[in-house]
Amino acid sequence: MPASSEADVGSDASDADLEPVRARRSARTPWLITMAAILVAALVVAPVLVVFGQAMAAGAAEASRLLFRPRTAELLTNTVLLVAITVPVTVVLGCGAAWLVERTTVPGASLWRTLLLIPLAIPAFVSSYAWTSMLPSLHGLGGAVFVTALAYYPFVFLPAAALLRALDQGHLDAARSLGLSGVGAMLRVVIPLQRPAVAGGALLVALHLLAEFGVLQMMQYPTFTTAILQQFAVGFSNAAGSLLAAVLVLLCLGMLALEVPLRGRARIARLGPGAGQRPVAHRLGGWTLPALGALAVLAGLAVMVPTGIVLRWLMRAINSGAVEAGSLLAATGSTLGLAVLAGLAATLAALPGAWLLHRYPSRLAIGLERLTYIASALPGVVIGLALVTLAVHWARPVYQTAGLAVAAYTVLFLPRAMVAWRSGLAAAPTELIEASRSLGVSGSGTFARVVLPLVLPSALAGFVLVFLATVTELTATLLLAPTGTETLATAFWSASDQLDYVASAPYAAAMIALSIPLTLLLRRQILDQR
Amino acid sequence: MGHQLVAEGSASPADVFLTENSPAMTLVERNNLLAPLDEATRRQVPANLMPSSKAWTAIAARSTVLVYNPSKLPKADLPKSLMDLAAPQWKDRWACAPGGADFQAIVAGMLAGQGEQKTKDWLQGLKANARALQNNIATMKAVNAGEIPCGVIYHYYWYRDQAGTKEGSGNTALHYFRNRDPGAFVSLSGGAVLAGSKKPAEARKFLAYITSPAGQKVLVDSQSMEYAVGTGVASAPALPPLTTLQAPAVDPFTLSSDKVSTLMTDAGIL
Repeated sequence: MPASSEADVGSDASDADLEPVRARRSARTPWLITMAAILVAALVVAPVLVVFGQAMAAGAAEASRLLFRPRTAELLTNTVLLVAITVPVTVVLGCGAAWLVERTTVPGASLWRTLLLIPLAIPAFVSSYAWTSMLPSLHGLGGAVFVTALAYYPFVFLPAAALLRALDQGHLDAARSLGLSGVGAMLRVVIPLQRPAVAGGALLVALHLLAEFGVLQMMQYPTFTTAILQQFAVGFSNAAGSLLAAVLVLLCLGMLALEVPLRGRARIARLGPGAGQRPVAHRLGGWTLPALGALAVLAGLAVMVPTGIVLRWLMRAINSGAVEAGSLLAATGSTLGLAVLAGLAATLAALPGAWLLHRYPSRLAIGLERLTYIASALPGVVIGLALVTLAVHWARPVYQTAGLAVAAYTVLFLPRAMVAWRSGLAAAPTELIEASRSLGVSGSGTFARVVLPLVLPSALAGFVLVFLATVTELTATLLLAPTGTETLATAFWSASDQLDYVASAPYAAAMIALSIPLTLLLRRQILDQR
Repeated sequence: MGHQLVAEGSASPADVFLTENSPAMTLVERNNLLAPLDEATRRQVPANLMPSSKAWTAIAARSTVLVYNPSKLPKADLPKSLMDLAAPQWKDRWACAPGGADFQAIVAGMLAGQGEQKTKDWLQGLKANARALQNNIATMKAVNAGEIPCGVIYHYYWYRDQAGTKEGSGNTALHYFRNRDPGAFVSLSGGAVLAGSKKPAEARKFLAYITSPAGQKVLVDSQSMEYAVGTGVASAPALPPLTTLQAPAVDPFTLSSDKVSTLMTDAGIL
């Protein structure tokens, strides 16, 4: 039996996990779990097939007429421009802030770490509502880039900061001893180490931009997602909308494919024992004040201004008695109900695939995991449109039920639950499971008594991640929530679409209040560990 | 919503269908989903505000208007007709909300009155000249802020704002096209009972109430500033009477939302 120490290479173990381990073939892969994992993967792939099927149902002539027209080119240009400009901006903001906070002597680093993460708790459409209420002339590409960059830079900041925290002085010392200058060491050691994390963060930003609806609708900046919803409003699930959705899916898959070369092939290797040493922070000296100023401006624009404006409108709403407590409570109730169901569904659905990959890794298990990864690229509007089409044509009983909305959330947020399970299962090595089996405990008994207690914290973290993603989900909910059911996001949207800033404020505040715990949880999980 | 009802077909749980504009109602009607209208209900609304098919009734009405900012657009330069706005001199000088059902009803009226070719040409002009905003309120506020000289909206947004804080329309004025122009199109909000309703008696009673003087008074008292359609019911005093607007005579039964969305998709607007 080969020693399994190679499998314990810290958090970068993903490569090692994915290689089939021949020695584990002794356990027969249980067919029940395999079937369950395949079923879940099929659920994830189904929307893509439905969208393409619906797009092609119009026939080749009609499809090419609808596809190859100036409007599609206009939407494509807008979408590509938005991504091409915003992603580099977020990379600069995220990496710059991460460097200042983690690698320099800037005062109040702990405060900045929390503050700079708060934009994750404020849905982008809420901060665009706040900004347009203050600056109504903010619109178009400029407005869209401004709001989305401020909302999404944490996707780059978080992994960049985590990696910089884990940086080992030993790497830098080795570089210096080989003749590199300070800047040279940065370019040849630090940046290549950062590449995978920053590429991953940039990919997340790009995917969020492709899926973005609320901000772009408010900024009157048409992209594929806004056009798909517009087509849905005039024609329900028609060919034009499905064609646009098909193009959007291709764009998202293209982004996924782009990430691989961007990530680079750098691997961290460590020879010999010894503890990592926290690197010496750069002394800022005279640059302290400008650095503080820069961080303050970023935190101010991204956090203070939106929350301040929401609070101001909320105060106005309370003072003028415009808060409809009944509707607010009903919306909160629906939102929480859907979010709990979605959290449970996604957590349970991710388990077979994660368990399969952990305990019985094989080509099939790896393939299923990759399929789930692709699901993370699909925008809410595509999933929503696909499920509406599916339900109306083939599964009428589930149409307009909460169950369909929960199915959409499961597909959308499955990857988050999967990631949480996988990191948790890494804490339950196969040796423990095999030891338990050899002592006579059944498979399910082992799971309940040995594995579950170890993975429960991670499973709960996965549940919370899905829960909170559902609370702020807008586009799929607009398409799928049963007529008459309002969530906080859709109620907010109805009011803010009418430019009724006062009426939207309570819903915006409720969403932010429910999302703050996520941010604190993330900060603890990722940034507080060495 | 109309498309949703068509997709749901006879299995729809809905009893009554109320629309803000008539094309959606016509769509549902053409799919044979409406129950026949009570004679008594029909008599409560003037015949000129009813579709020729008599399958549904109007419950309210709204007029197309041009909201303009006098400091950016002097009264002498106002367009004589809605069709003028497609001309090159109006480039970047007007706004509308083409993605919404309200504007699509106006285009449907133009299609019925002016024919397909003129509507197509006008839509090309819209694409080239107009700024597309997300809804009527955004259009009105943009004109008010001076961002754009004028915009095409429905009348009641302006009157509502004027009756309230005036913060969305304080710097603006309204221009009625009149002269049976497409820009004077009056859109009817419709009401009908669905054929698949499980409570047809209650549904018919409800519809009869909406069009009765008592029901129409509720509409007028609600400060929504829409026109009441019931015979003998006066609308809010601030509004110019419906009969003075010289709206083009368009049979609501001929309004087709699908044709409009095809034309707008072809023009690159949607």
